[in-house]
Amino acid sequence: MTFFFSLILSTVRKCYSMRARTQRPPAFRRDNMFPKGTKRKFSDSGEEPVSSGDQGQVASSMAARTLSSSYSLQRQSLLDMSLIKLQLCHMLVEPNLCRSVLIANTVRQIQEEMTQDGTWQIMTQALAAAQCPSDRLVATEVLCRQTDAAAQAGQSSKPFSVVGLDEGYHSEEVVMEGDVGTEVNMSTLSPVSPQLSSSSYLTGPFGMGPCWEEEEEDGECEEDEEEDSEVCVSEGEDGDRDHMRADSRTGEQVFGTFEIKHPAPPPDPALEELFSDVDPSYYDLDTVLTGMQSAPKMGPYDLLESLSSHGPTALSSSSSCRSDLNELDHIMEIIVGS
Amino acid sequence: MAGVAGGNDFQWCFSQVKGAIDEDVAEADIISTVEFNYSGELLATGDKGGRVVIFQHEQESKNRPHLRGEYNVYSTFQSHEPEFDYLKSLEIEEKINKIRWLPQQNAAHFLLSTNDKTIKLWKISERDKRAEGYNLKDEDGRLRDPFRITSLRVPVLMPMDLMVEASPRRIFANAHTYHINSISVNSDHETYLSADDLRINLWHLEITDRSFNIVDIKPANMEELTEVITAAECHPHQCNVFVYSSSKGTIRLCDMRAAALCDRHSKFFEEPEDPSSRSFFSEIISSISDVKFSHSGRYMMTRDYLSVKFWDLNMENRPVETYQVHEYLRSKLCSLYENDCIFDKFECCWNGTDSAIMTGSYNNFFRMFDRNTRRDITLEASRESSKPRATLKPRKVSTGGKRKKDEISVDSLDFNKKILHTAWHPKDNVIAVAATNNLYIFQDKIN
Repeated sequence: MTFFFSLILSTVRKCYSMRARTQRPPAFRRDNMFPKGTKRKFSDSGEEPVSSGDQGQVASSMAARTLSSSYSLQRQSLLDMSLIKLQLCHMLVEPNLCRSVLIANTVRQIQEEMTQDGTWQIMTQALAAAQCPSDRLVATEVLCRQTDAAAQAGQSSKPFSVVGLDEGYHSEEVVMEGDVGTEVNMSTLSPVSPQLSSSSYLTGPFGMGPCWEEEEEDGECEEDEEEDSEVCVSEGEDGDRDHMRADSRTGEQVFGTFEIKHPAPPPDPALEELFSDVDPSYYDLDTVLTGMQSAPKMGPYDLLESLSSHGPTALSSSSSCRSDLNELDHIMEIIVGS
Repeated sequence: MAGVAGGNDFQWCFSQVKGAIDEDVAEADIISTVEFNYSGELLATGDKGGRVVIFQHEQESKNRPHLRGEYNVYSTFQSHEPEFDYLKSLEIEEKINKIRWLPQQNAAHFLLSTNDKTIKLWKISERDKRAEGYNLKDEDGRLRDPFRITSLRVPVLMPMDLMVEASPRRIFANAHTYHINSISVNSDHETYLSADDLRINLWHLEITDRSFNIVDIKPANMEELTEVITAAECHPHQCNVFVYSSSKGTIRLCDMRAAALCDRHSKFFEEPEDPSSRSFFSEIISSISDVKFSHSGRYMMTRDYLSVKFWDLNMENRPVETYQVHEYLRSKLCSLYENDCIFDKFECCWNGTDSAIMTGSYNNFFRMFDRNTRRDITLEASRESSKPRATLKPRKVSTGGKRKKDEISVDSLDFNKKILHTAWHPKDNVIAVAATNNLYIFQDKIN
């Protein structure tokens, strides 16, 4: 059972890992694993070269339009660091509100500056483009309704975990709109999304080939990652975890439980990114479950929405996540309730 | 009282150190608050394990009158236990955030201790006599057979070994949704205030089931929250006045006579920001971690991450003086943000005559500033300089490229050894410095 959960989580984490690599802003990395449609769209905007060229060039060509490259990258890494800090799960003890507020204000400040530079717009577009719309992946739907698997199979050439995460958002948010009292339940929904993907591996002929490979590779990589003790490690996996969190609107949740999630980093399809640093503690089921039982988590776009003047950009992505939450809820009942 | 340092007249020397020596520090032993009582006779410490240890000053020995007496353990008790909030599925830490003594009114001593959620009033009393010669029971306590009693006697009070008892007299609970960061006893000695991140409550010491909310900065929509309360204190003489500081570097002075809810301040203290030194960390380092009135009540002192500021209560637009505690850290703010040190909350304290102040830093350094001479000194609380009555040598952090002998470079500083809590004796030149799990006591050496 522990292995099952850890397998799920690792898949989830892979696709949403985020590194604060200053030389390669994550928003601008693409590779072949994305469907062509996405790639074309991205290149249409003329933001960056599609091919995996010199990443340094990409970064500087981007930043050249705004400020000096190093300042922009430093600012980006500070933003990444801040968002990671906000999402760090304080397992058993309520996190420090003062610290959360100060970090949130820092994020807001960076965001305001980036908005003025125009780089914020770019980043949110990248994130939006990177997000998988819910209609493309309905593995959960298949699971619970057992309908039309073939139809969805054709659509789902992306990693399932992405879908799972989207659904993860939705279900949490749905529950969160209720009382504080129900918040505790929500967190237990988080593991469902990865479970979904894993179940779909087992059940479905949905062209799972590439994803299955990911699983295995991730398994190999984990041992390597464990040696990595940089901040990147926790960053990567916190990024994934976060992506599973609910996308709640209410500010009460944001500061009521002091958990603010950063915007989901684009699911970077580059292989090395996918197998990025993994915190071994995540394989500890107890840790995971304890974390799940702590205060409800915020969706990645909640903070963005509250901070960004370009709210709608973020909104469009998060709404797609929320639409799948009902399915997730249902799945959760099946898996956990039984 | 003498000033801070330097010259031939005044130097600090080591007196005592309390606490375990070994490198492995148990989390529960980390000292989280230090406070002298009003007379300075008692020194209380609280730790992360929820325990309170009170030290008492022994009288000076007659043989060596120039030496001050020592502080020895007077009482130890468990003040707070870890709790679990079932609604939120979160633990409530038993760490003692603050201890405040009440002025002594009879033979017993009273103090308030608080963790994140609950404040307790403790009575510490001595018992050095016991009654002997009961009629109905033996000295062991066993009941005597009534038929065996042939005569009546009056019980007599006999001396016994001193026993110090601590008993909780009041428990003030369930009034704070957020973490309590400050408590402050009012000058009327009947009320006290408790402050958490968003609210300040006023209590009566006798009434535990009710408190008045006097400040509430919680926004209707929590998403709009950008500022929290970081510290609060009652004015030392005016029982209607209190101040609270915020995470944005502002201090608000409120008058409770003005309104029942003191959301509108009477005075607003803020130093205008220097635009040339603005960075992404400007707000974080401006967050005030401690605010203390001077004993006179005319000034107050605030501590933010890099500096200490003195404010005249009559001048709101800027502080009277600003002292840099560890300006060499300004270029390291990004690293300190990464390792979370930038969120450390340092306290500060005045000496008894308001002529000097003290605050902590990293590497077990602590700093003192003399307001009269404008001099400052950096000292270290370490085992190496802990020989009896050894004079503390001033320390210096080298900021430039060239490091002189005996100086320590910024990169060699140990950021895990932080001195957050210090206390200055209300009358004498005796200071208590909490360095992780050790309590150092230093005193002056008058030549």
